[in-house]
Amino acid sequence: MNTIAKHLEQKGRNNLSIYFTSGFPELNDTQKVIEELGEAGVDFIEVGLPYSDPLADGPTIQDSSTIALRNGINLDIVFDQLMSIKDSNKTPLVVMGYLNQVLKYGEKRFCEKVVACGIDTVILPDLPMVEYENHYKALFDSYGINNVFLITPNTSEERIRKIDEYTQSFIYMVASSAITGAKGEISDQQIAYFERIKAMNLKSKLIIGFGISNHSTFSKACEYANGAIIGSAFIKNLQNNGIQGIASFVKGIRNA
Amino acid sequence: MKTKFQPDENGYFGEFGGAYIPELLYPNVKEIEDNYIQIIESEEFQKEYRGLLKDYVGRPSPLYYATRLSEKYKAHIYLKREDLVHTGAHKINNTIGQILIAQKLGKTQIIAETGAGQHGVATATVCALMGMDCTVFMGEKDIVRQAPNVARMKMLGAKVVPATSGSKTLKDATNEAIRYWIQNPHTFYLIGSVVGPHPHPDMVARLQAIISEEIKWQMKEKTGKENPDTIIACVGGGSNAAGAFYHYLENEEVELIAVEAAGLGVTSGESAATSQLGEVGIIHGSKTILMQDEYGQIVEPYSISAGLDYPGVGPLHAFLFDSKRAKFMNATDQEALDAAFELTKVEGIIPALETAHAFAVLPKMDLREDQVIVINLSGRGDKDLETYIKHLDA
Ligand SMILES: Cc1ncc(COP(=O)(O)O)c(C=O)c1O
Repeated sequence: MNTIAKHLEQKGRNNLSIYFTSGFPELNDTQKVIEELGEAGVDFIEVGLPYSDPLADGPTIQDSSTIALRNGINLDIVFDQLMSIKDSNKTPLVVMGYLNQVLKYGEKRFCEKVVACGIDTVILPDLPMVEYENHYKALFDSYGINNVFLITPNTSEERIRKIDEYTQSFIYMVASSAITGAKGEISDQQIAYFERIKAMNLKSKLIIGFGISNHSTFSKACEYANGAIIGSAFIKNLQNNGIQGIASFVKGIRNA
Repeated sequence: MKTKFQPDENGYFGEFGGAYIPELLYPNVKEIEDNYIQIIESEEFQKEYRGLLKDYVGRPSPLYYATRLSEKYKAHIYLKREDLVHTGAHKINNTIGQILIAQKLGKTQIIAETGAGQHGVATATVCALMGMDCTVFMGEKDIVRQAPNVARMKMLGAKVVPATSGSKTLKDATNEAIRYWIQNPHTFYLIGSVVGPHPHPDMVARLQAIISEEIKWQMKEKTGKENPDTIIACVGGGSNAAGAFYHYLENEEVELIAVEAAGLGVTSGESAATSQLGEVGIIHGSKTILMQDEYGQIVEPYSISAGLDYPGVGPLHAFLFDSKRAKFMNATDQEALDAAFELTKVEGIIPALETAHAFAVLPKMDLREDQVIVINLSGRGDKDLETYIKHLDA
């Protein structure tokens, strides 16, 4: 069974996932951030693979990616970093990057490295369903890797049903028509969308992301899904308060 | 009936193309995919499109026999005068078509990216014409080097939003436009070249195809033959080249030459010669040839000309390169400047810097005296006067 799905199955509700950019703020902070997040008790971690042109990301993740790339991060270094904590780290990891990184690294080589790091879940926001069906599904299946699909308020029911079928980890429910880093409270319109999806009784677990930034939006999201992902707000906190600020950030999300 | 040079049902030209877009964009792109061919092929659209091209844009653009240039290079050189159409470049052929498509889809808010500002101006123009809201994303660096076009866009009522990420040029303006589109799915993204996710490359190529449609009958009128021996066009994203090549793609007797910007030299590290420096990769939703490092990070290109300063090339052109249907050449900043000054002196035509690259390959070619060449004169040089003035005495 997929690692993330197993965790979600055991824990059920209120899962907190944190996205962070590897190699940020300093090149070798990757391991420390994962360790701190693990100690703070987050449920799973998305390891961002910094990309020069992240189309689905807002300014916060763009900037952290630029800094990480300037720090000299690359896929080989990230995989080395993840290998070095493979035995000590107990928090499930997901890698999130853009398809061109996978293409250039070599699709098989990428899969081998991901699996070697003890990871079986990837998020590639610009991998469209048709390419997944025609090519990547067979490849990922052969490595036991599951691809996480995104759904949005505009995704048709038919498409969501298909995504549900392909999903072995979780469905990433994008909170609104937005790129990462959106702010504000959750609107009635978003709640109507969350309710609509909830009522579909999908077999897959649902995690809400994009625009979740604090205790209030996290708790609201958890009413309609198995948990939520926080990215930009975490990165801002990391930038302002450093690694020592991680524990209190996570605590602040869990409890008001 | 699909030809070899039209995309398959998933939007591929050979191995290039597709629609590598986040799920967030899927409905936006699908709406266009489901409708564009039907709209373009409808009688109503054709009547409006051709009517506007004739009366508003000033088409057909002349095919001019360049006597003195021909004497100089000892060949028969014709110039397709896209510089003479409204707003001064081929870009308006596409914007007229796409604004009509937007209208048929019930859209009222238009967004666009621009490099040289020619596409931005052409978009702002058709938005003014149709009374639509217009937002143009433009790299911060390009806003400085193409100031006259920024002023024109503003006068036309467009909002110009600076793209401040990455190299602050065309690639980043396109990223910003796509991000805005994700966040505002009701807007219509009026893309400026044969790039982006399927069906945008095919849609833009079909709208620019008017260029070669006219070349065919104009050549016939002037020489008795539809076919020139050679067609030359500069390539940024590839729209003017796609338009000039379109109706000749299947006629292998016609040599097609695509000219990329070599910047300070192909191997100088400051270049935009994508076919020479790139490898298969994904940019702006399309699998194509892309300038990238060993980890797939997109390399920032360089060219003196803002319209050619792009690290990719449209998927049709990637296929034309890969299949060797087109020959890819390139010209440096200096060679383009020299060609611009030469054309100005010999024919009294000041070309856009982008266009000057197409002329810059003439001295590098082995020309036959009976060789009939059409150069697509994609735009005029008014916007580049500041750069030209800087090099006047040099
Ligand atoms: C006059 C002119 N020619 C050529 C180009 C390059 O674009 P494309 O390759 O799409 O024709 C531009 C782009 O701004 C332009 O303004």
